[in-house]
Amino acid sequence: MALTTQVTAAGTSSPGGEERRRLYRRILFAEQFRYALLVAPLIIYLLVFYIYPVASMLVQSVIGEDRLTLQHFGRLFETPVYWRVFMNTVWLALATTLICLALAYPLAYTMSRASPTRAAVMFALVLLPFWTSILVRSYAWMVLLGRNGIFNDWLSRAGLISEPLNLLYTPFAVYIAMVYVLLPFMILPLYSVLRSIDPSLLRAAEGLGASTQQIFFYVVAPLSKPGVAAGCLVVFILALGFYITPALMGGQRDVTLAMLVAQQLDMYEWNFAAVLASLLLFFSLVVFLIFDKMIGIERMFAR
Amino acid sequence: MTRTSVREVSGASRTGWLTRNLGSVLLELVAGLVMLFLIAPIIVIVVVSFSSANYLSFPPPGFSLRWYVDYLNQPGWVHATILSIWTAACVTVIASILGTAAAIGMVRGRLPAKRLLNACILSPLIVPGIVVAIGVYFFYVRIGLIGSPLAIIAAHSALAAPFVVLNVSATLYGFNERLEQAAQNLGATRWQTFRYITLPIIKPGIVAGALLAFVTSFDELIVALFVSGTGAVTLPRKMWDSIRFGLEPTIASVSVLTIIVSVLAFLSAELLRRRTLRMMARESGHAA
Repeated sequence: MALTTQVTAAGTSSPGGEERRRLYRRILFAEQFRYALLVAPLIIYLLVFYIYPVASMLVQSVIGEDRLTLQHFGRLFETPVYWRVFMNTVWLALATTLICLALAYPLAYTMSRASPTRAAVMFALVLLPFWTSILVRSYAWMVLLGRNGIFNDWLSRAGLISEPLNLLYTPFAVYIAMVYVLLPFMILPLYSVLRSIDPSLLRAAEGLGASTQQIFFYVVAPLSKPGVAAGCLVVFILALGFYITPALMGGQRDVTLAMLVAQQLDMYEWNFAAVLASLLLFFSLVVFLIFDKMIGIERMFAR
Repeated sequence: MTRTSVREVSGASRTGWLTRNLGSVLLELVAGLVMLFLIAPIIVIVVVSFSSANYLSFPPPGFSLRWYVDYLNQPGWVHATILSIWTAACVTVIASILGTAAAIGMVRGRLPAKRLLNACILSPLIVPGIVVAIGVYFFYVRIGLIGSPLAIIAAHSALAAPFVVLNVSATLYGFNERLEQAAQNLGATRWQTFRYITLPIIKPGIVAGALLAFVTSFDELIVALFVSGTGAVTLPRKMWDSIRFGLEPTIASVSVLTIIVSVLAFLSAELLRRRTLRMMARESGHAA
């Protein structure tokens, strides 16, 4: 910062020597101390109401009767059910991410090439669901897919079915709603990257005789990699820990890790709930760190 | 790139044009369908909320405000709404004050372990909601705060603070510190400098952060599910309970009201952020 450099410059160049330099250093320290005092309240607040609770929950997973133990983690291997839930969660997150990418890319690409007015309208239409709460968006799909819901109403009025179809509480419902909820998280980073590609690069490629497909695969696609990575990371991490949508719309077989945590809590199995939550946290952090090594984190939070 | 040169158009039949531009046409078609997929469910909810029918039907047989009246006539819904609003208001105040101070310290100061501090502050954005929820649930059970609005306020403030920090930091990065030095050279105290120079400049960032903090709390469900007990039923919690019971159109009318609140808050925050970016661009233009 400017003030600091001014002071140090004055301090070193002055003939006054050691004592004066020490004084300046003290002033600088006082300055930094004030900044630390500004950060401290939030950090203390987070320590008390967020970090300590989560940390002690993690500790709960290794607490036995009177000593530390790994027996609660051992329960993970007692039945294959937990393994199935874990795989189900990872698979759901992975599939959601890939479907989102497949749907988001054409839309983001079209948006990035649309006229400013059209792009603005499309952008607003992407933001509207993005800004709507996850609960409301899940409810919307329940209204569409429910037994007395709108799709069944249409189908029976068209005479196509005599009995309402069971669309809700199936894997299909979970997938469609998860994709729906997470799609904007994929579109926004993709769009921001695609929009920032310099159009003169495309014109240059065209001038050199590249076909539309070649321009896409050799110019646009490689340049959009950071957006793809950012979108995939956000969607995958959010999907891993998803609770609301699968809990509302899934059947008894579509249990995810987050739902299992809640179930164990309801059964007063606190230690085991803590084990599962630690697992979920650990897994999310690993995914996050892998992506962080590949691309910077900071830009991802530009919500 | 719809590259249809004159030669191609004049020389080819209509079907020839279609095969040559099949890629572009398909692309537009897919984009249109995805757009429809994004927007249709929300339109359905809005329309259903104005339905006059007892059952879910689209398009509805007629329109009325009965589900909004129904919402207002049920004390449970009204209480939940009031609780959510004042909880979110408290969260906004706490998160804005703590977040603004922290952002100034983080951006200006050269603190030890800055990366770690930053990770702590921003971590609520990546830690899965359910993990935070059961962490604070254990904590509140131990100190006997389950079912108290205080429990929700305390937890939501931690989740909302990162948004304030991010938005205020963004305004601080584009800030010309010479303005503050000038004020101090002219004899302003630290507080006066902050009050009359710094605060007005970073105010858009604070307001944008505060708005996002408000929605974060207003729409938050997972923590509320676990800690609200029976005494502090917020609006999302009440919606959750009703949805599990049945899909009555009253929930659609409540949904529309919450959509309006979130969209207004997000939209204002977004406009503020754009204005800040424009101002910063102009500022750096002057400096250059």
